[in-house]
Amino acid sequence: MRTPMSSVRGLGAAHTGTKDFWHQRITSVAGIPLCIAAIVIVIGLLGRSHAAVVQILGSPIVAIIMLLFIINTVYHMWIGMQEIIIDYVHEDKLKLATLLGNTFFCFAIALASAFAILKLSFGV
Amino acid sequence: MTELEAGSTTGSRRARPLSPHLQVYKLMLTFVMSGFHRISGAALYFGMLLIAWWLIAAASGPNAYANFEWFMGSLIGRLVLFGYTWALLHHLLGGVRHLLWDLGLGFEPTEREFLALATIVGSISLTLIIWVIGYLAMGGPR
Repeated sequence: MRTPMSSVRGLGAAHTGTKDFWHQRITSVAGIPLCIAAIVIVIGLLGRSHAAVVQILGSPIVAIIMLLFIINTVYHMWIGMQEIIIDYVHEDKLKLATLLGNTFFCFAIALASAFAILKLSFGV
Repeated sequence: MTELEAGSTTGSRRARPLSPHLQVYKLMLTFVMSGFHRISGAALYFGMLLIAWWLIAAASGPNAYANFEWFMGSLIGRLVLFGYTWALLHHLLGGVRHLLWDLGLGFEPTEREFLALATIVGSISLTLIIWVIGYLAMGGPR
Protein backbone atom coordinates (compact mmCIF):
# COMPACT_ATOMS: atom_id res chain seq x y z
CA MET A 1 0.00 0.00 0.00
CA ARG A 2 1.54 3.26 -1.15
CA THR A 3 -0.13 6.30 0.32
CA PRO A 4 0.39 9.86 -0.91
CA MET A 5 2.28 10.59 2.33
CA SER A 6 4.76 7.73 1.85
CA SER A 7 5.49 8.81 -1.70
CA VAL A 8 6.59 12.29 -0.63
CA ARG A 9 8.32 11.36 2.64
CA GLY A 10 12.00 12.13 2.40
CA LEU A 11 11.42 14.33 -0.64
CA GLY A 12 11.16 17.54 1.33
CA ALA A 13 13.02 20.80 0.93
CA ALA A 14 16.46 20.33 -0.60
CA HIS A 15 17.58 23.66 0.93
CA THR A 16 18.84 24.88 -2.43
CA GLY A 17 15.58 26.52 -3.53
CA THR A 18 17.07 29.99 -4.00
CA LYS A 19 20.32 28.88 -5.65
CA ASP A 20 19.07 29.32 -9.23
CA PHE A 21 17.43 32.64 -8.36
CA TRP A 22 20.65 33.99 -6.85
CA HIS A 23 22.89 32.65 -9.61
CA GLN A 24 20.57 34.20 -12.21
CA ARG A 25 21.11 37.57 -10.48
CA ILE A 26 24.90 37.13 -10.32
CA THR A 27 25.09 36.26 -14.02
CA SER A 28 22.71 39.10 -14.97
CA VAL A 29 24.87 41.71 -13.17
CA ALA A 30 28.02 40.26 -14.75
CA GLY A 31 26.22 40.14 -18.09
CA ILE A 32 25.75 43.93 -18.29
CA PRO A 33 29.44 44.88 -18.84
CA LEU A 34 30.16 41.62 -20.71
CA CYS A 35 27.33 42.19 -23.23
CA ILE A 36 28.45 45.78 -23.81
CA ALA A 37 32.04 44.56 -24.31
CA ALA A 38 30.90 41.82 -26.71
CA ILE A 39 28.87 44.34 -28.76
CA VAL A 40 31.91 46.64 -28.96
CA ILE A 41 34.11 43.71 -30.08
CA VAL A 42 31.60 42.62 -32.76
CA ILE A 43 31.29 46.17 -34.13
CA GLY A 44 35.08 46.47 -34.15
CA LEU A 45 35.33 43.28 -36.24
CA LEU A 46 32.62 44.17 -38.78
CA GLY A 47 33.86 43.95 -42.36
CA ARG A 48 37.41 42.95 -41.39
CA SER A 49 39.27 40.20 -43.22
CA HIS A 50 39.44 36.69 -41.77
CA ALA A 51 43.12 37.15 -40.88
CA ALA A 52 42.39 40.34 -38.95
CA VAL A 53 39.41 38.74 -37.15
CA VAL A 54 41.58 35.75 -36.12
CA GLN A 55 44.30 38.03 -34.81
CA ILE A 56 41.94 40.27 -32.80
CA LEU A 57 39.73 37.47 -31.42
CA GLY A 58 42.85 35.52 -30.46
CA SER A 59 44.52 38.40 -28.60
CA PRO A 60 44.51 37.76 -24.83
CA ILE A 61 42.22 40.58 -23.63
CA VAL A 62 39.58 40.00 -26.33
CA ALA A 63 39.74 36.22 -25.90
CA ILE A 64 39.35 36.47 -22.11
CA ILE A 65 36.40 38.86 -22.43
CA MET A 66 34.75 36.56 -25.00
CA LEU A 67 35.33 33.49 -22.79
CA LEU A 68 33.80 35.27 -19.80
CA PHE A 69 30.88 36.40 -21.99
CA ILE A 70 30.27 32.86 -23.28
CA ILE A 71 30.48 31.09 -19.91
CA ASN A 72 28.40 33.73 -18.10
CA THR A 73 25.76 33.88 -20.84
CA VAL A 74 25.43 30.10 -21.19
CA TYR A 75 24.98 29.62 -17.44
CA HIS A 76 22.40 32.44 -17.40
CA MET A 77 20.47 30.97 -20.34
CA TRP A 78 20.63 27.46 -18.87
CA ILE A 79 18.86 28.66 -15.73
CA GLY A 80 16.43 30.78 -17.78
CA MET A 81 15.39 28.00 -20.14
CA GLN A 82 15.03 25.60 -17.20
CA GLU A 83 12.66 28.10 -15.60
CA ILE A 84 10.62 28.36 -18.81
CA ILE A 85 10.44 24.55 -19.15
CA ILE A 86 9.35 24.11 -15.53
CA ASP A 87 6.65 26.76 -16.04
CA TYR A 88 5.12 25.36 -19.23
CA VAL A 89 6.00 21.66 -19.61
CA HIS A 90 3.95 19.62 -17.17
CA GLU A 91 4.07 16.14 -18.70
CA ASP A 92 6.75 14.21 -16.76
CA LYS A 93 8.59 12.47 -19.61
CA LEU A 94 8.52 15.53 -21.87
CA LYS A 95 9.75 17.67 -18.99
CA LEU A 96 12.61 15.27 -18.34
CA ALA A 97 13.50 15.22 -22.05
CA THR A 98 13.42 19.02 -22.43
CA LEU A 99 15.42 19.59 -19.23
CA LEU A 100 18.05 17.13 -20.48
CA GLY A 101 18.00 18.77 -23.91
CA ASN A 102 18.53 22.18 -22.29
CA THR A 103 21.60 20.95 -20.43
CA PHE A 104 23.07 19.19 -23.48
CA PHE A 105 22.49 22.25 -25.70
CA CYS A 106 24.10 24.63 -23.20
CA PHE A 107 27.13 22.40 -22.63
CA ALA A 108 27.61 21.96 -26.38
CA ILE A 109 27.36 25.71 -27.10
CA ALA A 110 29.72 26.62 -24.25
CA LEU A 111 32.31 23.98 -25.14
CA ALA A 112 32.23 24.64 -28.90
CA SER A 113 32.54 28.42 -28.42
CA ALA A 114 35.26 28.15 -25.80
CA PHE A 115 37.19 25.66 -27.93
CA ALA A 116 37.00 28.02 -30.92
CA ILE A 117 38.29 30.97 -28.86
CA LEU A 118 41.14 28.92 -27.39
CA LYS A 119 42.07 27.61 -30.83
CA LEU A 120 42.18 31.19 -32.13
CA SER A 121 44.38 32.18 -29.18
CA PHE A 122 46.81 29.29 -29.23
CA GLY A 123 46.97 28.90 -33.00
CA VAL A 124 47.33 25.44 -34.67
CA MET B 1 11.38 6.51 -12.44
CA THR B 2 9.16 5.82 -9.42
CA GLU B 3 9.24 9.44 -8.34
CA LEU B 4 8.07 10.54 -11.78
CA GLU B 5 5.19 8.10 -11.84
CA ALA B 6 4.23 8.38 -8.19
CA GLY B 7 1.75 11.18 -8.81
CA SER B 8 -0.30 9.20 -11.30
CA THR B 9 -0.30 5.86 -9.46
CA THR B 10 -1.41 7.09 -6.05
CA GLY B 11 -4.55 8.67 -7.39
CA SER B 12 -3.70 11.88 -5.58
CA ARG B 13 -4.39 14.00 -8.66
CA ARG B 14 -7.85 15.47 -8.41
CA ALA B 15 -9.31 18.34 -10.36
CA ARG B 16 -8.36 21.34 -8.29
CA PRO B 17 -9.57 24.92 -8.64
CA LEU B 18 -7.24 26.92 -10.88
CA SER B 19 -6.17 30.49 -10.30
CA PRO B 20 -7.15 32.99 -12.99
CA HIS B 21 -4.70 33.13 -15.88
CA LEU B 22 -3.63 35.57 -18.61
CA GLN B 23 -7.05 36.08 -20.20
CA VAL B 24 -8.68 37.81 -17.22
CA TYR B 25 -6.10 40.57 -16.84
CA LYS B 26 -6.21 43.93 -18.55
CA LEU B 27 -3.42 44.24 -21.10
CA MET B 28 -0.89 46.64 -19.59
CA LEU B 29 2.54 47.75 -20.73
CA THR B 30 4.27 46.26 -17.67
CA PHE B 31 2.60 42.93 -18.38
CA VAL B 32 3.57 43.02 -22.07
CA MET B 33 7.17 43.93 -21.17
CA SER B 34 7.28 40.99 -18.76
CA GLY B 35 6.28 38.71 -21.63
CA PHE B 36 8.80 40.34 -23.97
CA HIS B 37 11.53 39.71 -21.42
CA ARG B 38 10.88 35.99 -21.44
CA ILE B 39 10.37 35.78 -25.22
CA SER B 40 13.54 37.78 -25.92
CA GLY B 41 15.43 35.54 -23.48
CA ALA B 42 14.24 32.42 -25.30
CA ALA B 43 15.17 33.97 -28.66
CA LEU B 44 18.65 34.85 -27.39
CA TYR B 45 19.01 31.26 -26.17
CA PHE B 46 18.85 30.00 -29.76
CA GLY B 47 20.69 33.09 -30.98
CA MET B 48 23.78 31.79 -29.19
CA LEU B 49 24.01 29.33 -32.09
CA LEU B 50 25.01 32.34 -34.24
CA ILE B 51 27.78 33.34 -31.81
CA ALA B 52 29.03 29.75 -31.72
CA TRP B 53 28.90 29.53 -35.53
CA TRP B 54 30.79 32.84 -35.82
CA LEU B 55 33.58 31.72 -33.44
CA ILE B 56 33.86 28.21 -34.94
CA ALA B 57 33.92 29.66 -38.47
CA ALA B 58 36.70 32.07 -37.51
CA ALA B 59 38.65 29.21 -35.93
CA SER B 60 38.07 26.89 -38.90
CA GLY B 61 39.54 29.07 -41.65
CA PRO B 62 38.89 31.64 -44.39
CA ASN B 63 36.38 29.47 -46.32
CA ALA B 64 34.19 28.74 -43.30
CA TYR B 65 34.37 32.41 -42.31
CA ALA B 66 33.38 33.48 -45.82
CA ASN B 67 30.28 31.25 -45.58
CA PHE B 68 29.33 32.86 -42.28
CA GLU B 69 29.89 36.35 -43.70
CA TRP B 70 27.82 35.47 -46.76
CA PHE B 71 24.88 34.37 -44.59
CA MET B 72 25.05 37.35 -42.22
CA GLY B 73 25.35 39.70 -45.20
CA SER B 74 22.23 38.29 -46.87
CA LEU B 75 18.83 39.87 -46.29
CA ILE B 76 17.70 37.04 -44.00
CA GLY B 77 20.99 37.16 -42.12
CA ARG B 78 20.68 40.90 -41.56
CA LEU B 79 17.07 40.53 -40.41
CA VAL B 80 18.10 37.81 -37.95
CA LEU B 81 21.01 39.92 -36.70
CA PHE B 82 18.78 42.98 -36.36
CA GLY B 83 16.27 40.94 -34.36
CA TYR B 84 19.12 39.49 -32.30
CA THR B 85 20.43 42.99 -31.54
CA TRP B 86 17.01 44.17 -30.44
CA ALA B 87 16.33 41.04 -28.34
CA LEU B 88 19.72 41.40 -26.63
CA LEU B 89 19.24 45.08 -25.79
CA HIS B 90 15.63 44.55 -24.72
CA HIS B 91 16.63 41.70 -22.43
CA LEU B 92 19.56 43.76 -21.11
CA LEU B 93 17.40 46.79 -20.27
CA GLY B 94 14.58 44.58 -18.97
CA GLY B 95 17.16 42.85 -16.79
CA VAL B 96 18.31 46.17 -15.34
CA ARG B 97 14.64 46.89 -14.55
CA HIS B 98 14.37 43.56 -12.74
CA LEU B 99 17.59 44.25 -10.80
CA LEU B 100 16.15 47.62 -9.69
CA TRP B 101 13.05 45.80 -8.47
CA ASP B 102 15.26 43.27 -6.67
CA LEU B 103 16.74 46.24 -4.78
CA GLY B 104 13.22 47.34 -3.85
CA LEU B 105 13.25 50.35 -6.17
CA GLY B 106 10.75 51.49 -8.80
CA PHE B 107 7.56 49.88 -7.52
CA GLU B 108 5.34 53.00 -7.53
CA PRO B 109 2.68 53.00 -10.30
CA THR B 110 4.26 55.88 -12.24
CA GLU B 111 7.76 54.39 -11.79
CA ARG B 112 6.61 50.97 -13.03
CA GLU B 113 5.04 52.53 -16.12
CA PHE B 114 8.11 54.68 -16.75
CA LEU B 115 10.46 51.69 -16.47
CA ALA B 116 8.32 49.63 -18.85
CA LEU B 117 8.24 52.49 -21.37
CA ALA B 118 11.96 53.15 -20.94
CA THR B 119 12.67 49.46 -21.66
CA ILE B 120 10.87 49.42 -25.01
CA VAL B 121 11.85 52.94 -26.16
CA GLY B 122 15.43 52.43 -24.97
CA SER B 123 15.86 49.04 -26.63
CA ILE B 124 14.54 50.23 -30.01
CA SER B 125 16.62 53.46 -29.92
CA LEU B 126 19.81 51.64 -28.88
CA THR B 127 19.29 49.00 -31.58
CA LEU B 128 19.03 51.70 -34.25
CA ILE B 129 22.05 53.58 -32.83
CA ILE B 130 24.17 50.40 -32.79
CA TRP B 131 23.20 49.58 -36.38
CA VAL B 132 24.08 53.08 -37.52
CA ILE B 133 27.46 52.75 -35.77
CA GLY B 134 27.86 49.30 -37.34
CA TYR B 135 27.21 50.58 -40.85
CA LEU B 136 29.53 53.54 -40.28
CA ALA B 137 32.23 51.13 -39.06
CA MET B 138 31.84 49.19 -42.31
CA GLY B 139 32.07 52.38 -44.37
CA GLY B 140 28.39 52.90 -45.17
CA PRO B 141 25.60 50.54 -46.29
CA ARG B 142 26.60 47.88 -48.81
